[in-house]
Amino acid sequence: MLWQLFLVFMKVGLISFGGGYAVITIIEHEVNLRHWMSASDFQEIVALAGMAPGPIATNSATLIGYRTAGIGGAISSTLGMILPSLIIIIILAACFGRLHHNRFVKSSFYGLRPIVTGLIAYAAIHFGLLSSSEPGLTWSTLATLLICAGCLYGIIRFKMHPLMVILASAAAGVILF
Amino acid sequence: MRTTASKQLKIYTQIFWTFCRIGPSTFGGGYAMIPGIEREVVEKHGWMREEEMSDLVSIAGSAPGGVGVNLAAFIGYRLAGVMGAILAVAGIALPTFFIVFALSWGYSMFQDHPKIEAALKGIQGGVIALIIIAAYKMAKTALFDKTTAAVGISTVVMLMMTPIHPIYLIAIGLVIGLVAVQVKKHLGMQVYTEQRESKQQEPEPIYPEYYI
Repeated sequence: MLWQLFLVFMKVGLISFGGGYAVITIIEHEVNLRHWMSASDFQEIVALAGMAPGPIATNSATLIGYRTAGIGGAISSTLGMILPSLIIIIILAACFGRLHHNRFVKSSFYGLRPIVTGLIAYAAIHFGLLSSSEPGLTWSTLATLLICAGCLYGIIRFKMHPLMVILASAAAGVILF
Repeated sequence: MRTTASKQLKIYTQIFWTFCRIGPSTFGGGYAMIPGIEREVVEKHGWMREEEMSDLVSIAGSAPGGVGVNLAAFIGYRLAGVMGAILAVAGIALPTFFIVFALSWGYSMFQDHPKIEAALKGIQGGVIALIIIAAYKMAKTALFDKTTAAVGISTVVMLMMTPIHPIYLIAIGLVIGLVAVQVKKHLGMQVYTEQRESKQQEPEPIYPEYYI
């Protein structure tokens, strides 16, 4: 199990272009494929990962590893997530430091960036719709969307800090649910 | 011999300690870390110049993995080789690892408390808002012509309609980029692989901030 977690997150780490929320879509896919946890458990984990400081992707890896296989799982998932970055960066730094100016790299990113955008957008849509386990418009979905809209307003209008967003939405959750 | 060894030990501890302090103080993920890293590395320690730093940031953003971790690895490597890279990554990852751990443990203790559960449900709404902002910011830099807009929209549609694994989409994206640019060049069209910067930009340095 530990080995499997390590390998899965290493794969995720290798393809996690664009980082963070794009990776959530990838991780969710892997988790579903292996039936590691229910959709609502996964949502909880993303909320916890977003609440903690540090990168969301690594945080989610740690939490999923912990849920599925305890402390050892947390360690092996986190290592798996970080190791590809470390190795790739060392190779990049050692061999071709100016790779990002390369013509082919630039044109591949021309196609890659919109894909990453799609992955992030999908994560948002997916979590918005999935916020209730029952189908149809329930109070729980409505309240989640309300909190989401409030936070969006706060971020756009008042440049609310991510930590404030988390705290405010927690408070709103206590009141609304 | 002794002095170089102790010098090396000093830079090792400095690297580790510097990155240790950055992780816990940044909420909102990788891109939120960059200003903090910049302050420590450029201003406080004078380890590298501003231009060098922004070059590293753009490489760190284009390699797979979180930008914060990548940037730490890169800076660590520049300063002290492979060992420096490992220490920098350990420094940035360890504190948050323990914080996440404590959070998860704390949550499992109070999991059944209705108010805790309600707070976490509320946070889900907040996280969705953060994701939407991230998607919007990413879209602003990524979707700037018809090709990229079409690719972006079809990605979302494919993810919603089919059980396709995102890894294939990423591979398809790489190929589309290479092919589309070649085809456009062949047709004699003007090709921009990135958004042109002629438009009025805000004065603050803009990273494709998608709150990682």
